[in-house]
Amino acid sequence: MSAPALLSVEGVSVDLPTPRGNLRAVDQVDLRVAPGQTLGIVGESGCGKTMLSRAILQLLPKKATLTGRVRLDGQDLTRLGAEPLRKLRGRALAVVFQDPMTSLNPVLTIGSQLIETLQEHLEFDAATARKRSIELLAAVGIPAPEHRLTQYPHQLSGGMRQRVAIAIALSCEPKLLIADEPTTALDVTIQAQILDLLAREQRRRHMAMIIITHDLGVVAGRTDEVAVMYAGRVVERAPTPALFKNMRMPYTEALLAAIPKIDAAPHTPLPAISGRPPDPTRPIAGCAFSPRCRYAMADCHQKKPALASAASSDHQYACFHPIHAAAGACV
Amino acid sequence: MMHDLQKSVLREPLLKVDDLVVEYSVAGRTVHAVSGVSLEVARGETLGLVGESGCGKSTLGRAVLQLRRPVSGQVLFDGHDLMAMKGDALRRMRQHVQLIFQDPIASLNPRRRIGDIVAEPLVIAGVTDRAERERRVHEVLSAVGLDPALVMGRLPHEFSGGQCQRICIARALVLNPEFIICDEPVSALDVSIRAQILNLLEEMKARYGLTLLFIAHDLAVVKAVSDRVAVMYLGRLCEVGPSEQLFARPAHPYTALLIEAIPHPDPDVRPAESVAIGEPPSPISPPSGCRFRTRCPKADRQCVEVVPELAPIAPGQLVACHHPNV
Repeated sequence: MSAPALLSVEGVSVDLPTPRGNLRAVDQVDLRVAPGQTLGIVGESGCGKTMLSRAILQLLPKKATLTGRVRLDGQDLTRLGAEPLRKLRGRALAVVFQDPMTSLNPVLTIGSQLIETLQEHLEFDAATARKRSIELLAAVGIPAPEHRLTQYPHQLSGGMRQRVAIAIALSCEPKLLIADEPTTALDVTIQAQILDLLAREQRRRHMAMIIITHDLGVVAGRTDEVAVMYAGRVVERAPTPALFKNMRMPYTEALLAAIPKIDAAPHTPLPAISGRPPDPTRPIAGCAFSPRCRYAMADCHQKKPALASAASSDHQYACFHPIHAAAGACV
Repeated sequence: MMHDLQKSVLREPLLKVDDLVVEYSVAGRTVHAVSGVSLEVARGETLGLVGESGCGKSTLGRAVLQLRRPVSGQVLFDGHDLMAMKGDALRRMRQHVQLIFQDPIASLNPRRRIGDIVAEPLVIAGVTDRAERERRVHEVLSAVGLDPALVMGRLPHEFSGGQCQRICIARALVLNPEFIICDEPVSALDVSIRAQILNLLEEMKARYGLTLLFIAHDLAVVKAVSDRVAVMYLGRLCEVGPSEQLFARPAHPYTALLIEAIPHPDPDVRPAESVAIGEPPSPISPPSGCRFRTRCPKADRQCVEVVPELAPIAPGQLVACHHPNV
């Protein structure tokens, strides 16, 4: 990534108090996204990927503590007051959630939600806002957009609701769009349509985009860079082709190997990852993946490897015993 | 292996579903959930049933067990007509057919200990000997990879999703069933745990000589465990065939579309641009003729007027389409 970053996440950690003790949901994460770039954040449930996106959006739970900096266009969001943040979230920074009902108001029509957003943030008059709303709904592939303006969210299918949520997110021309598991609740044929829509709008608007997902298949063909998270940390980060061709971190390799492949013969046993992720309220001294790692040695259980790069500076991994190129080619 | 499979297909199927119709009403309107589905599952076979949400695949699974009574058709299990059975007779028959659900945590009673949860089917089946029950519970918990001494006295909330699914599998196995209907058994689990559970189901199938109906929306997951696959769309079967063959040469445009839409974990495979047209129509008012026609690039007048019947297109492969891919 040579272009200057639009978003830079610097040493961000998120701590949550729980009855079982402090839970470090995000641990010292650094990330950068340039305008026009798509970053994929991949990980399993509980790895901290959603908490990280909430930290970027400054939408953390009240009890959570955030350390580190989140800069958008040079502005440190962690130091911004409530009102400037609210303005920014509408204009520069937008989000699409897994469940579109999270962002849609069930008792307001699609029209009033879209028109209101445009009037509030862009100070459009009613007629212009209505015209723009129809254009936006058409742009996200909603048939009969004028008719949809009068409908309520429950009258639409899951896929159509997600399109409306995307239309609202795009309405104020954001510089950065965060899509948090945008297609997980949708069927596979609808998923392809929504991912295409996001990619098309991202290119057209030269937006920066972050796609958060548990599915390596979703990021493979649709991102420029991928960050793999495990137990709150980024454990590998690389340009997408390099990550898939030359993965160095054993967790990334194991995660990819564990996915059933459509071209594998039936009844082929899957290389499962044994055990399960560590309890985030009980941090372990060494590499968090070491108890499940088949390459782990004594040092892995004692010290935490830092996220560092070897030969090429854009491929980073947190591992003392990274996989060599040949061994990584398991696809 | 292949030879054994062919032999088993020649025998009478363990489950035979014939022209099954399941309907229910929602707010006074009829949902055509399953509209004339016929399928067979041979002894020792895994039949995968795949389709998107709302296609009727789960309803079909429940209707087989008579948990939802079909409107018409026939369900024969080991030659017995389940639709004619009631009360005790049906309950006895259900000992041979078990069900595993999608949400493993929700399907375990949060206030009961694991030992009691797994023993419950034995109690219902009238196994009064406590020692015998304990022996069976020990056996199945060990079989699914849990330590009976450690888990029997604990409550469901002390376990992760993957472990809860192991407990559900143990409970399904405790009565020594012949047939298990797995309804999206891994879709609530993370990738790394999903592989463990799929491998476990395969092991249990071999160890206990089970026959499986494996219902899921994920084609790759279905292919990983199934001998044959049936593809369902809006209450009807589109295509049935041996797994490998069906994925290599899908004859139905919907099967081809589903395969095309899967995101590949490989950056060299460019995602197909908008392969799907629109969204599935409502099962309250399904389209006339072929139900897929509103989204099908090949649809013509015949597809509007005539319902396509499942017909052979290749050895073991059946397709319900007027214009199949060849």
